[in-house]
Amino acid sequence: MLENLEEIELIGLLNKAKEIKNDGYRVMQICATKIEDDYELLYTFGRGYDIRHIKTVISPGVHVPSVSDIFPAAFLYENEMHDLFGIAIDGINHDYKGGLYRTAVETPFA
Amino acid sequence: MAGKRSVIPFGPQHPVLPEPIHIDLITEDEKVVEAVPSIGFVHRGLEQLVTKKDFGEMVYVAERICGICSFGHGYGYVNAIEHIMDIHPTDRARFIRTMLFELSRMHSHILWLGLMADAFGFESLFMETWKYREKILDMLEAATGGRVIFSIIRIGGLRKDVPDEVMQGFLPELDKVVEGIKSCEKVFLSDPAVLSRLKGIGYLSKEDAIALGCEGPFLRASGVDTDNRMRGYAAYSSVDFDIITSDEGDSYARCYVRIQEIYQSASIIRQCIEKMPKEGIYVPIKGFPNGEYMTVIEQPRGGACYYVHSSGRKFIERMRVRTPTFANIPALTKTLQGCDVADVPILVVTIDPCISCTER
Repeated sequence: MLENLEEIELIGLLNKAKEIKNDGYRVMQICATKIEDDYELLYTFGRGYDIRHIKTVISPGVHVPSVSDIFPAAFLYENEMHDLFGIAIDGINHDYKGGLYRTAVETPFA
Repeated sequence: MAGKRSVIPFGPQHPVLPEPIHIDLITEDEKVVEAVPSIGFVHRGLEQLVTKKDFGEMVYVAERICGICSFGHGYGYVNAIEHIMDIHPTDRARFIRTMLFELSRMHSHILWLGLMADAFGFESLFMETWKYREKILDMLEAATGGRVIFSIIRIGGLRKDVPDEVMQGFLPELDKVVEGIKSCEKVFLSDPAVLSRLKGIGYLSKEDAIALGCEGPFLRASGVDTDNRMRGYAAYSSVDFDIITSDEGDSYARCYVRIQEIYQSASIIRQCIEKMPKEGIYVPIKGFPNGEYMTVIEQPRGGACYYVHSSGRKFIERMRVRTPTFANIPALTKTLQGCDVADVPILVVTIDPCISCTER
């Protein structure tokens, strides 16, 4: 029931992100959801009051390319996904290498 | 020639920070060249808790994400569930929700004014602004019974009604608050000592504000006229209000935008009370939510996203809350670059950081 949702393969993520950027959108949020054995990644973009989402499903251990070269603000969401869900993301423009969330308990949590 | 670089740790404990955040300030002489944030000191794993709590009980957890924008967090979660379950709250519930939303916004913005006054060392102004915040808290207490966590919202409407005579009593109190804030406005926006700490400090261009995913007054102070209340959720489609913007993009502009938004909120509350429908406050719900939805609302600090993913069971699989302070961190690190070390506390305060929201 998410409006303007497009499900894509991980391999098409960067091209889709560039296409969305060229349409004038900015990143609103990126998050991961644990679905049984896999992770669902949801990218949300906004332009004014328009919203569109792209979703991709990955298996544990799969490396995800960073979209932070396309959307500079994405680095924070990607670091968060790494810290809280243990998702490996390659090429983050500001990679804190697990240091964004300083928690007493070792992450990832899910 | 570049000077020697030093790292100055800012926070997690600092006089200007009501909540803990840590920023490594990489400096050359007295100038910040890079700011590296780290969070997690108050991370409570509240999103994860959704997999262990009944979806109805989760409203209480959502409200406890933060003590300042508590009502909005409850609303964001409830609104997402209501969309998934195709529930349409009554008009009275929508108007009361809008009124409580705006009281929360006034309380949050006035709290910020006080913290800002405290940050630049104007203690009497800090106390004066918080005097008016107390009146807003009194109104919230009269309406809901709570001053921090209200627990009045539930899926399908409201847990209890707010009597009409109580709401009518808010009108003269609102006039007093607006009058008081107008007297404080003169100091915030005209006093030379205050201006020296705000004017031209922490400039963020319109292009950077958009590209860095900035939200709320921080975004609007850079000239972007986006306010998620225009989406028309709750009863916002039934009231008139203006989007406050400024083209100046500095700390002064952020102060100006928040002050003007206080007046807009007071106007919205008056309209809600005047137009308050008479029918009930709750529609019963059946079954469990099955589907996914993302609600975007305007919290006092900016746009907030509430994503709910459920599969027809009592327990929801995922609740994701993207709070405005989290979205404003990249822009904060940008505004810190090139500023004087002495201006860092003021700049951190100008984004109105809410760390409990950010870390959840």
